[in-house]
Amino acid sequence: MVDQEHIIEVKEMVKKFGSFTANDRLTFHVEKGEIFGFLGANGAGKTTAIRILCGLSYPTSGEIMVAGHDVYREREKIKQKIGYMSQKFSLYEDLTVSENIRLYAGIYGLGRKQIASREEQLLERLGLWHIRNRLIREIPLGWKQKLAFSVAIFHQPAIVFLDEPTGGVDPVARRQFWEMIHDATEEGITVFVTTHYMDEAEYCDRVSIMVDGRIDALDTPALLKQQFESKNMNEVFLKLARR
Amino acid sequence: MRILLTLLVKEFKQIFRNRLMLPIIFVIPVVQMILLTYAASLEMKGISMAVVDQDYSQASRLLVSRFEGSPFFEISLTTSDYQEAVRELTRDRVDVILHMPHEFEKRLYSEKETDLQLVVNAINATEAGLVNAYCTRILFDYNTQVRAEWFGLEGAGRLTTLEMIPRYWYNPLLDYKIYMFSGILVIIVTMIGMLLTALNLVREKEMGTTEQINVTPIRKYQFLMAKLIPFMVIALFELAFGLVIGRLLFGLPIEGSLGLLFLFTCIYLFVVLGIGLFLSTISNTQQQLMFLAFFFMITFILMSGVFTPAESMPLWAQKINLVNPVAYFMKVIRMILLKGSGFRDISREFFSLCFYAMVILTLAITNYRKTT
Repeated sequence: MVDQEHIIEVKEMVKKFGSFTANDRLTFHVEKGEIFGFLGANGAGKTTAIRILCGLSYPTSGEIMVAGHDVYREREKIKQKIGYMSQKFSLYEDLTVSENIRLYAGIYGLGRKQIASREEQLLERLGLWHIRNRLIREIPLGWKQKLAFSVAIFHQPAIVFLDEPTGGVDPVARRQFWEMIHDATEEGITVFVTTHYMDEAEYCDRVSIMVDGRIDALDTPALLKQQFESKNMNEVFLKLARR
Repeated sequence: MRILLTLLVKEFKQIFRNRLMLPIIFVIPVVQMILLTYAASLEMKGISMAVVDQDYSQASRLLVSRFEGSPFFEISLTTSDYQEAVRELTRDRVDVILHMPHEFEKRLYSEKETDLQLVVNAINATEAGLVNAYCTRILFDYNTQVRAEWFGLEGAGRLTTLEMIPRYWYNPLLDYKIYMFSGILVIIVTMIGMLLTALNLVREKEMGTTEQINVTPIRKYQFLMAKLIPFMVIALFELAFGLVIGRLLFGLPIEGSLGLLFLFTCIYLFVVLGIGLFLSTISNTQQQLMFLAFFFMITFILMSGVFTPAESMPLWAQKINLVNPVAYFMKVIRMILLKGSGFRDISREFFSLCFYAMVILTLAITNYRKTT
């Protein structure tokens, strides 16, 4: 039933909070291995949607399959196969870099030896080996975000969900962050990312743009620019928002 | 199992990285144990008495000297003006007035009986009862002495009296402190265990780290057990620590089996920590939780029979105590420590709490939401 290449399949997803409709009949799919950008203004319903896909929130209605599992009945199976990094910073501030890595790796059931070797590899690659025993609260935000991302994909999930991962950091750090995202796709991880930085949309394979709980446009950045006769994604977004 | 272990390592590290934790575990309980045990004592010493002597006779002075000789009374005023004594009572400077009217001695001789008045400040009814009891005892002794001295053996012999000499089992010296101490130990173990457990989970909710946990395949019971076990260990340690202090400072007897006491405490902690966890699943902020937790804790503790025996409460209150875990523990800790009760004596309480623990933990686990 599920297309092998569609790692996320969403049909007519609706989420209501009382009389307010946060997600209005969303229908889209995400292909295996792509970077899927989920764009929209603040309050457009991006976080609501991502929380449903991660199994943190119940949908009101709709058919939703994530990594081959149904979000109504098989949330715990989905959770084994996904990684998640929220906009609220979610590593433990009072644990060290190394302790955070070991904690999440342990929760996903990785073996001790496996954890140790992968941890060393990771920290060497990030250039954070020297601060492995520092508490998270003591390190700069840019490093924390890189680390949170690395922790989210440490157990090599099929999909990683990133909810506004680059909020509040400088352009250089953002660029580095997107390089990490690219590296992750090379390991075969599908990336589902929300953002309201339109320049970041250019890095995505396909983007969907949400306005007031609905998906108003969905295509590759190049085709969207063509369709809206715009120079960049920012213009596309402004044209959509003004309609 | 490995996952639980990983989580436990995390919790213990976080707990002991909190700089306030060691004072909470070591200093606060010691202060409470010492302070409350001495302060909450019901023994009366230095009851201040106003004497209104309008007779100035040998008989009245003899009675006053009886009170002076008692370690429980201090005569803070001697006057012949009754109104003055009443004024002192209103100002709360004296607890009791002993009033011997004019012709106190004369009537004693001529009519073989006489009147005197005892006015007790009964704002605190318990205290008043005790003052009255002490006074009555002294008057009884005085009576016997007067009879023997003034009417000779003949007089005393004519009126045989029955005297009762009680022996107090399990606390022969009526040492109020060991009774109090065991109660305070229960309060400390309960408060520390329940509050720390509940606050810990809500704090994670406030910080937003639970969301990251909820997105992992972790089982709810694993997460909640990892929140419960560390504080159970701390609370058990607190009990051991308290027993040592009680033994050293107050000569607390340990008549029964320590193993039994710790086993029972484990079950008890599953209940109160379970209540803490349950409360933290229904609150979103530490503030909400504190209100809830204090409501339950204060009600539980005051109804548990820490100061007054639960058996003397009205029947409906005793019925409520069926769901009060503190009442079970309050009773059992004293049975084991002071009486030396064995497992069979406390089995009813033991199995009740086992059942209670299962119910409350199930509630806490089902009520914890990974998905909202």
